[in-house]
Amino acid sequence: MAGDYLGMVVALLALVIVFSLSAKNFFTATTFRTIANQIPDTTIVAVGMTFVLIIAGIDLSVSSVLALAGAVLGIVLVNWGWPLPLAIVVCLVVGLVCGAVNGLVVVRWRLPSFIVTLGMLEAARGAAYRVTQSRTIYVGGPLEAITDTTILGLSLPLIGAILIVVVGQLVLSRTVFGRYLIAIGTNEEAVRLSGIDPRPYKVAVFLLCSSLAAVAAVIRAARMSSANPNAAIGFELEVIAAVVIGGTSLMGGRGSVVRSFFGVLIIAVLGAGLAQIGAQEHTKRLISGCVIVLAVILDQYRRRVRNA
Amino acid sequence: MPPVSNTLLTVAGVDKTFPGVRALAHVDLDVRAGEVHALVGENGAGKSTLARIIAGIDMPEAGRMLLADRPYRPKGRKDAEAMGVRIVMQELNLIGTLSVAENVFIDRLPSRFGFIDYGVLNRATRNVMAQVGLDRVDPSMPVGSLGVGQQQMVEIAAGLSRRCRVLALDEPTASLTDNEVSLLFAQIERLKAEGVGIIYISHRIEEILRIADWVTVLRDGKVVGTREAAGLDCDEVIRLMVGRDMVKAAPALTGVRSDLALRVIALRGGDKVRDVSFDAYRGEILGVTGLMGSGRTEAMRLVFGADPREAGDIYLGGSERPARIRTPKDAVERGMALLTEDRKAQGLLLSLSVRANISITRLADVSRLGWIDSALESAAARSYVESLNIRCASPEQSVGQLSGGNQQKVVIAKWLYRDCDVLIFDEPTRGIDVGAKFEIYQMLAALARKGKAVVFVSSDLNELMAISSRIMVLSAGRVAEVFEQGAWSEERVLSAAFSGYITAD
Repeated sequence: MAGDYLGMVVALLALVIVFSLSAKNFFTATTFRTIANQIPDTTIVAVGMTFVLIIAGIDLSVSSVLALAGAVLGIVLVNWGWPLPLAIVVCLVVGLVCGAVNGLVVVRWRLPSFIVTLGMLEAARGAAYRVTQSRTIYVGGPLEAITDTTILGLSLPLIGAILIVVVGQLVLSRTVFGRYLIAIGTNEEAVRLSGIDPRPYKVAVFLLCSSLAAVAAVIRAARMSSANPNAAIGFELEVIAAVVIGGTSLMGGRGSVVRSFFGVLIIAVLGAGLAQIGAQEHTKRLISGCVIVLAVILDQYRRRVRNA
Repeated sequence: MPPVSNTLLTVAGVDKTFPGVRALAHVDLDVRAGEVHALVGENGAGKSTLARIIAGIDMPEAGRMLLADRPYRPKGRKDAEAMGVRIVMQELNLIGTLSVAENVFIDRLPSRFGFIDYGVLNRATRNVMAQVGLDRVDPSMPVGSLGVGQQQMVEIAAGLSRRCRVLALDEPTASLTDNEVSLLFAQIERLKAEGVGIIYISHRIEEILRIADWVTVLRDGKVVGTREAAGLDCDEVIRLMVGRDMVKAAPALTGVRSDLALRVIALRGGDKVRDVSFDAYRGEILGVTGLMGSGRTEAMRLVFGADPREAGDIYLGGSERPARIRTPKDAVERGMALLTEDRKAQGLLLSLSVRANISITRLADVSRLGWIDSALESAAARSYVESLNIRCASPEQSVGQLSGGNQQKVVIAKWLYRDCDVLIFDEPTRGIDVGAKFEIYQMLAALARKGKAVVFVSSDLNELMAISSRIMVLSAGRVAEVFEQGAWSEERVLSAAFSGYITAD
């Protein structure tokens, strides 16, 4: 078990050390506060994405679902003047509905989740523009309490994200539900012929992923003090990158929520570090791209060595 | 028979190790032109490794090989093929989405200005396929739409169609019916007459004694002996292979046939199963056979709810009311189990542990409120690893690393754990070694004695006749005949198997 995480920890520490040596302002509280602020929403969605990848699926719609859920949150809160808890519930329901549509369509018509969630990626984004009339809604006030609350110096979203990681890992590795997901990702037909209907589990996974995107929407809206229908464009790829860096297989059947969290950290540290040493946006993206591929090559190599 | 033919291929002192395993140790082998040299041995004895080395796929660590008295050191499979040494491998090597013709001629597609000449291609393929009796297969059909047995024939046909001096056939008959085996043997005779040296690997000893001139027995990577096939009998080969005397006869059934466990009436579905009705009783092994394409596998899948059925009723446990079975989940909940023909694709979670594979059918019983109790789960897995003698490093080892026989035992374990009343075994002994086969026969008999209804589908008549209580023969999607124990003979079963095709087409 510990060996599973060792490589990720080493990679993360190596990045921190390299950037600390090359940028004198990197190893400071400010940097880490910035990273801690950035990662909760990515982390939460990465947990959902890990589950989807484990059943050999993919969810491209998380970014749009996040934007739509955030937009609805803003409208309910600002235009309708509903209290915050109720607005959050409505926001989560939006996530659930999107996830249910994804999951049911995938299962009912046996379509690849790539296609279905690609459709949702477009549709949910369109819906987000429509409900907001393409305008950003300033929410401020009550939502800021979420980001401003700290316990032992950690912000509420960060604590929530870590909690979701821990629970996600336990569900995946210790529960019947998690075991079925791994089994479905390994060989869905064998699972079906073992007398287990894989369909409800697959739907549940898409529900979970979209709901977590809605949770991330709340955190993002709180951080930005606004609900922006343009929010999180391209975010799905960032999340998938983090999960894949964490060694979760796109072919299904293998993955770890904790390792996905490390993937998120690696991307965040890399981004912050490159910014500190003055790399421009295009250079950052160029390097990030190489890191993603390199990480997966290393992971495969490591696995081959261990299996031999 | 010509007196003594020339040695075509010599293998001398070949060594090969894989991580942790000595696969071959100082192996010698002579293959003569115009003769069939059979390699036998239990799984893991090194037969396939030796064939792969000869075919240039694996590199030996020591030793040398001569081909027609000249040093033979293939750098790869292509290189070996260029020198006239070919292999037809056990694992299918076909591309499912391409047509039969494209697969057969994959490396030498006839073309004009870069465009494939399908007229020439399909004509040539039809000739090749006719040699192995598959003249009814349309060359432009995707290979993936054929059954496993026919796919194997396509693979063999592709190998036979190329000119070569040495041809290695690794388990070519694993999914073939007796009829197809005869066609294959006719082709082997033709190649022999042309002076090709043939290396033939098979678990089926009767087959080897029929076709081989020489038999080399391997055990744990070493040559135990090379004998002329003429003076050999089955028992002696098994004794050499196993290194001990095998309890010969399969266990006689002591259980009495009692209550009705499964009644199938007028089952129809897909394009293979037209009208199948049968009964299976507690305490019996109902053998099921038929030619390839007779609908054996398909009928069992319909019974189990794995495929949708168009018509037919299924009654369980003597009930008057038909059971509602529309999915495998329904079937399992009502006490049925199906061990599929293709254990890797449909039975196992290859990359997962032995433990996870066994517990999957009953996770609810090793968990509390949805949380798996890993102590309970491991204990359950361990008890089956012991009682079924599954050879693995630990229950945590992934199933993909086990041998075929042990993988099959894992599939059996998961269904024993589920404790079903009706167990359907589809080709449970395909591609596994003799020792494991006997263990599986024992398990089937033990299940029947415990009062389970065992349905045993097999294309191997010998094993069917050895352990079945009754044998049902399917032909062209219908039940041709059901034989009571003692009332059958190879000829009668075979003629029943062909009966549906005589009137049909």
